[in-house]
Amino acid sequence: MWEYTDKVKDHFLNPRNVGTIEDADGVGEVGSLACGDALTLYIKVDDGGKITDAKFQTFGCASAIASSSALTELLIGKTVDEAQKITNKDIAEYLGGLPREKMHCSVMGQEALEQAIKNMRGEAPSKAEHSHEGELICECFGVFDEEILEAIKVNDLKTVEDVTNFTKAGGGCGKCIPDLERLLAEAHGESVCPTPSDKPAFPAEGMTNIQRMHLIESVIDDDIRPKLKADGGNIELVDIDRDTVVVRFLGMCSGCPSSQATLNNLVESTLKEKVDPGLKVREG
Amino acid sequence: MDTIYLDNNATTQVDPAVFEAIKPYFTELYGNPSSMHRFGGQVGATLKQARASVASLLGCEPEEIIFTSCGSESDNTAIRSALNARPDRRHIVTTAVEHPAILSLCKYLEKKDGYEVTYLGTDEYGRLDLEEYKTALRPDTAIVSVMWANNETGNIYPIEEMAQIAKEHDVIFHTDAVQAVGKVDIDLSRVPVDMLSLSGHKLHAPKGVGALFVRKRLPFRPFLIGGHQERSRRAGTENTTGIIALGKACELAREHMAEENTEVKRLRDKLEKGLLAAIPDSKLNGDPEHRLPNTANISFGYVEGEAILLMMDQLGIAASSGSACTSGSLEPSHVLRAMGVPFTFAHGSIRFSLSRFNTEKEIDFVVETLPPIIANLRKLSPFSADKQAPACTKSFSE
Repeated sequence: MWEYTDKVKDHFLNPRNVGTIEDADGVGEVGSLACGDALTLYIKVDDGGKITDAKFQTFGCASAIASSSALTELLIGKTVDEAQKITNKDIAEYLGGLPREKMHCSVMGQEALEQAIKNMRGEAPSKAEHSHEGELICECFGVFDEEILEAIKVNDLKTVEDVTNFTKAGGGCGKCIPDLERLLAEAHGESVCPTPSDKPAFPAEGMTNIQRMHLIESVIDDDIRPKLKADGGNIELVDIDRDTVVVRFLGMCSGCPSSQATLNNLVESTLKEKVDPGLKVREG
Repeated sequence: MDTIYLDNNATTQVDPAVFEAIKPYFTELYGNPSSMHRFGGQVGATLKQARASVASLLGCEPEEIIFTSCGSESDNTAIRSALNARPDRRHIVTTAVEHPAILSLCKYLEKKDGYEVTYLGTDEYGRLDLEEYKTALRPDTAIVSVMWANNETGNIYPIEEMAQIAKEHDVIFHTDAVQAVGKVDIDLSRVPVDMLSLSGHKLHAPKGVGALFVRKRLPFRPFLIGGHQERSRRAGTENTTGIIALGKACELAREHMAEENTEVKRLRDKLEKGLLAAIPDSKLNGDPEHRLPNTANISFGYVEGEAILLMMDQLGIAASSGSACTSGSLEPSHVLRAMGVPFTFAHGSIRFSLSRFNTEKEIDFVVETLPPIIANLRKLSPFSADKQAPACTKSFSE
């Protein structure tokens, strides 16, 4: 069980300012169901630039709900300029601290606030998705380099584990971990010289998920299917689940007693060679 | 505030009769069972009885039981023994829904020792495909390890059939039966598994004791090497109180088996039906038919599991969740992921696991108090069925 402060428990069990503001001046939406936590923040600002009301809706754990509640309490009564200076550290400190593994909940609050202010100023839609101009680092949780660098700077993060705790980046498939190490080095002013290990070790090295999927498709189309067709068979790509490629044999290959051998010796070995040696292929 | 304990797949209350049975072995009868004197010998005799009780519950010979420290040790011993006994075989078959005691070991063996592992997938109900299983078996397969029952969903797998298929392919078959022992009838004289793991604290014995069944004449390589305890198959001075407790717990499990499958199941069904009826956008995870009588894994859409658990905790209800936030992991339960449970539901999953110590009154209380908790959390949530949740841009498989 996580060790939460009394204040976290109080804000979780008795969250302040829950709800929506119909005529909000700014709305910030971050996170998603897929990520396991999401926050929609509404702010109402008067003519003098003071935040007169803030409300939230949160899907998430106790820390996420408490961080959202704390954020609204911190916002009400401040000017937008003052609010803009609020960081995730302020949210966590207001709550008397959060477990390190849960610090991303406070970061979510900071991001929602940034988004709501941008939205209020007409600079961005309410939802942050696709509005980033930086480099997408963690595809599993949709985290961009600018968010990571900001979290490293604000919270003086030193390790990849820290970065994951604060931003969720690296908490999924783990493929972005070398990028997180690079960003940590950059943020701490260490030179990042390309080394031989930075060179692609296999064709799909460094590719995004989408690029990798396209490569798998093209290898199946160009290198595998023609060979199967020559024997009256065919193949269909069913799914790609991380390192597992799921295919279905068609025509003569379907029900062929040697289909396992074809799967291993032709399909899997070709994909290993032309895409990624870590791939496994199974029939589905 | 009394605790309503519905987390019995995590651990169980030590049965008071078990506690009574072991008390003298802490204070008066503390001899070492390996000693030559009578003071130790009498403890050795009690261990023998405990071994017979465990064997009796499983339908095997006492000599086929090795006492260990826990289910994880039993699992590790079984797999490493099989691999060491057949070093020419470099392939393992298991499932994607095993306990970490198996999954983490398999990942380790893949990474460190170059073994190849096939992880069998499941359908949306968590069921295995026997055709996929048959296809996975290869001439170089050293061992198949498939759990008897799943700790999260309670799904019971077709172990007898799978073990038979393994036997036909001359492959050692191990089953992690930690959740099944004491809850379902197991007869190893009939089911051709080669090795079976169990854990004491899942059936009302204390934590820190387990057992591994190893079929006679199966090639075996010990995991712990040292003294001659357990006929040199597991070195180390015996956890005598733990083993005696396990023996007593197995005796009691035999006596209560029918109750597990009638009264406990009745309460589980009442809880399950009550919650599913009272809470919209909730669904059962797992096989509706072939499931442990004590387990109900229910997902509540659009709310997060840890938040539900903590709200329940305020009312003294203890359960478990497959949500990411409870584990420190950032992704929900690997079992639910393997079953393709949608994100809408995966994050809000709660596992209720009952025991013979639960009462009707407790179940009534949970059925009455959980719906408002879910309703309150949904009021906080930006998502709901009628609010058209934002498209999940990621899938489990990404």
